[in-house]
Amino acid sequence: MISFWVLAPVMVLAALGILFVRKAVHAALLLAVVMISLAVQYAALDAPFLFAVQIIVYTGAILMLFLFVLMLVGVDASDSVVETIKGQRALATIGGLLLGVLLVVGVAQASLGTATGLDEANADGNVQGLANVLFSTWVLAFEVTSALLITAALGAMVLAHRERTTPKESQADLAAKRMRDYAERGAHLGPLPSPGVFARTNAVDTAALLPDGTAAEASVSRVLAARGTVRTAPAEDVERIERQIGDPSHRPEGAGKAGATGDTTETGPESGEEQA
Amino acid sequence: MTNIFLEGGDHAVSHVPVVDPGAADGVLGLLWLVIALPLLGAVVLLLGGPLTKGRIDRWGHLLGTALPIGSFVISVLMFVELLGREESERQVSQHLFTWFETRGLSVGMDLLYDPLAALFLLLITGVGSLIHVYSIGYMAHDPRRRRFFGYLNLFVAAMLTLILSANYLGLFLGWEGVGLASYLLIGFWQHKPSAAAAAKKAFVINRVGDIGLSLGIALMFVTFGTTDFAAISAVTGEVGEGTLTALGLLLLLGACGKSAQVPLQAWLLDAMEGPTPVSALIHAATMVTAGVYLVVRSNFIFELAPVAQTVVVVVATVTLLWGAILGCARDDIKKVLAGSTMSQIGYMMLGAGLGVAGYAFAIFHLLTHGFFKANMFLGAGSVMHGMDDDVDMRHYGALRSAMPVTFLTFAMGYLAIIGFPGFSGFWSKDKIIETALAENLVVGILAVLGAGITAFYMTRLMLLTYFTSKRWEKGVHPHESPKVMTVPLIVLAALSVLGGVMIAGDWIVEFLAPVVGEVEHHEPPLPALVITLIVVATVALGVAAAWFFVGRRDVPREAPQQVSFVTRAARADLYGDAINEGLVVGPGRHLVSGLTTMDNRGVDGAVEGGSSAVGGLAQVLRTVQNGFVRSYALSLLAGVLLVVLTLMVVNFA
Amino acid sequence: MTEYIVLSAILFTIGCVGVLVRRNAIVVFMCVELMLNASNLALVTFAKQHGNLDGQIAAFFVMVVAAAEVVVGLAIIMTIFRTRRSASVDDASLLKY
Repeated sequence: MISFWVLAPVMVLAALGILFVRKAVHAALLLAVVMISLAVQYAALDAPFLFAVQIIVYTGAILMLFLFVLMLVGVDASDSVVETIKGQRALATIGGLLLGVLLVVGVAQASLGTATGLDEANADGNVQGLANVLFSTWVLAFEVTSALLITAALGAMVLAHRERTTPKESQADLAAKRMRDYAERGAHLGPLPSPGVFARTNAVDTAALLPDGTAAEASVSRVLAARGTVRTAPAEDVERIERQIGDPSHRPEGAGKAGATGDTTETGPESGEEQA
Repeated sequence: MTNIFLEGGDHAVSHVPVVDPGAADGVLGLLWLVIALPLLGAVVLLLGGPLTKGRIDRWGHLLGTALPIGSFVISVLMFVELLGREESERQVSQHLFTWFETRGLSVGMDLLYDPLAALFLLLITGVGSLIHVYSIGYMAHDPRRRRFFGYLNLFVAAMLTLILSANYLGLFLGWEGVGLASYLLIGFWQHKPSAAAAAKKAFVINRVGDIGLSLGIALMFVTFGTTDFAAISAVTGEVGEGTLTALGLLLLLGACGKSAQVPLQAWLLDAMEGPTPVSALIHAATMVTAGVYLVVRSNFIFELAPVAQTVVVVVATVTLLWGAILGCARDDIKKVLAGSTMSQIGYMMLGAGLGVAGYAFAIFHLLTHGFFKANMFLGAGSVMHGMDDDVDMRHYGALRSAMPVTFLTFAMGYLAIIGFPGFSGFWSKDKIIETALAENLVVGILAVLGAGITAFYMTRLMLLTYFTSKRWEKGVHPHESPKVMTVPLIVLAALSVLGGVMIAGDWIVEFLAPVVGEVEHHEPPLPALVITLIVVATVALGVAAAWFFVGRRDVPREAPQQVSFVTRAARADLYGDAINEGLVVGPGRHLVSGLTTMDNRGVDGAVEGGSSAVGGLAQVLRTVQNGFVRSYALSLLAGVLLVVLTLMVVNFA
Repeated sequence: MTEYIVLSAILFTIGCVGVLVRRNAIVVFMCVELMLNASNLALVTFAKQHGNLDGQIAAFFVMVVAAAEVVVGLAIIMTIFRTRRSASVDDASLLKY
């Protein structure tokens, strides 16, 4: 019972957290907390097989599938806090409270009596006991489940499949397209700049610096930019390097602006050229 | 139920003859040909005209005349054959084909030939043939003469179907056929609005009567399961008197419509818009007497329904006076004759309503009336022919020298209708009056009075037309009609004079006995000779009155307007149209407009209001379907709450 | 054992409210999974209560069905996202009056 009283508040809090966190990834992690705690509860309820299945199938497979889809959809897709349907949130809260109260009151009214316990049923081991029931009484349902799973797998493939409507572009096509874009719109022709700066850091979340000291935004992943986790080189590093170079007159005219923004690191013009 | 008019009605039950025909053989096997010939004529003339692009017009009228004459020849042959038979074998039937058959009802196209049908056959084909001959001359200048003869042949065929059918449904077929022919012929000159309106009026009023007849036939089917005369006459004794009374009244309604009896009399005077041969054939001699035929033919119903018989007598008495009064006031020669026709059919109906004692006399008067009224109508047509189609008697006068043949033949008809001793009308009308007096004094006296009025208006007609001074329009040169018109007049005049021989030795009574039964004569309250003398005296009084009021004075060319109320009422057909308008048309129109308003406002309002209410509700409710899955989930939660709450209430309460 | 059932009811209710208030389709899905898990807990509890393994079998089947459901559901969400560039359940609201 100790495990129950320890885990139950955790589970309820984590479940409530799912309601309130804004980012889907956090919700998924909170759900993982609930599920793993639930697995422990199963173990406490003499269901070791379900304990394992809960961990392996639910937490391991299903929840990871959620995370996988979240990656595909984009981690930046977070909910807005503004409710679009009028009265939905209030009504949902009232309805939920009512349901909870009704269920709790209803359950409390019913007296369950003394638990029989599973000692007898699990005498030969829980897995053996389950297997006995599953492959005798529930064998038909079990077989039908296999059909369901196959159908689901097929359905997922059909749904996720994307029909190609244009011919696949070859490397030559892509090169020609880049040249055309450059000719027409002046788009950048070469490869994207690498992130990081050789002077201070080469982390992927830090933008490279252009020769004029401004950050080259194209050098970091769009996902990181959307997530808002792009870091900048610390300002004191820039000053120290400037001192090492010793001659501020080398700085170009426009560099003051970039320095004023405070989120880029000034580097020497020669290093910027090298980067580009 | 007591019968106030027919106190001797109890004798009838045992005397109702059952229709029990044998098979038609020998000459009688030609029965179907009697109908087929004029029908063939109608088909050839009506369909052949358009198909041959009018080439048939040159000889179409000759064909149309020859075929009814052929029917007449066959009728005479069959009549001779019938006379040669035993009285018990004088009813024959011929099964042509099964018209239609359903479970419980089988109607055959059966023909029944018996003494009653034989007499009618002779009248229709004989008088009909004469009128066809006359029409050759009368319609000589009409561009649509072929069509006219086609319609006439159609009428003859339908009338023969009516007479010869062995069941009520076949009779109804002929009944509607003559109604159609009547409509077509009244409106033959449909370019005249008055003719078109008259045709429509006749058709509509006849529909009222036809509803009665068709309901009667339906009631027969319900009651007897058949419409055959033979089958019904065999079982009428087993049916309740109430049903038979209803049947009798429904049949009487039909008869009133076809025979222009009060209250369905209003169409007959207007029907004179048709060509004069049509008036003579359809609206005097044959079709309008179909009602009398129906009553006589249905004797096995009426004999067992004394109340219905009483109603027949009342209707007949009212009509015979009504028609006579109309005849006194009209100046249109054809309308005087039409009023006279109504009146005379009233006499026939009276005879038919008197039961077994009167049936034979009703038929007798029907035949003589067919002769003398056709004669007079054709005579009137001849006069109109000479007077440039003027029908106003006030424009006639002193025509006896200008049209000697017409005058003489017309005079024969005149003497016959007023009942001049020795002429046919004298015998037939006298017998009916005699029987009426024997059965009921009031009816008898009214009938005598009717005879006096008849004498008055017919004498007035004679005086205005053939005597008094010339009042012709300018440019009118009266002349005698061609031979083709006068010969039929002469033949009909002869028949008018000699028609009375049928009563010699009570021949017609005995001849018809197998059909209508026979009964001991009730002793009239006075000796027959005295009654005859009274009638003749009344007639003489009427003639004298006519001479006193009309013959002695100068007749103004325009009808005087300062006249008594009675004259004005009579000129307005005793307000028959006004009564129809006030009692039926007006309330009907109000009812219809009320129903229309109710339908538009009430019913349509409810329906459309209901639909728009549902539509409005749906406009509101559809906003629930806002497309947001979470809203739907919320309603799902509400449902779950409801279920849980219910479960808890049920379990814990 | 009542406390397990009460916990199950609370978790179920929270999942329920989550389905109603969250708009990200994936989070809604997670809340559905939470409700399924809550019911599983009740099933396992009843198995112990009655000394009968049928409850555990039922929970097992729920897991299998949930797995299948998640696979198809996520594929649908992927497809919607691909065409609409949005994972919000409120954006897919064209099927209405």
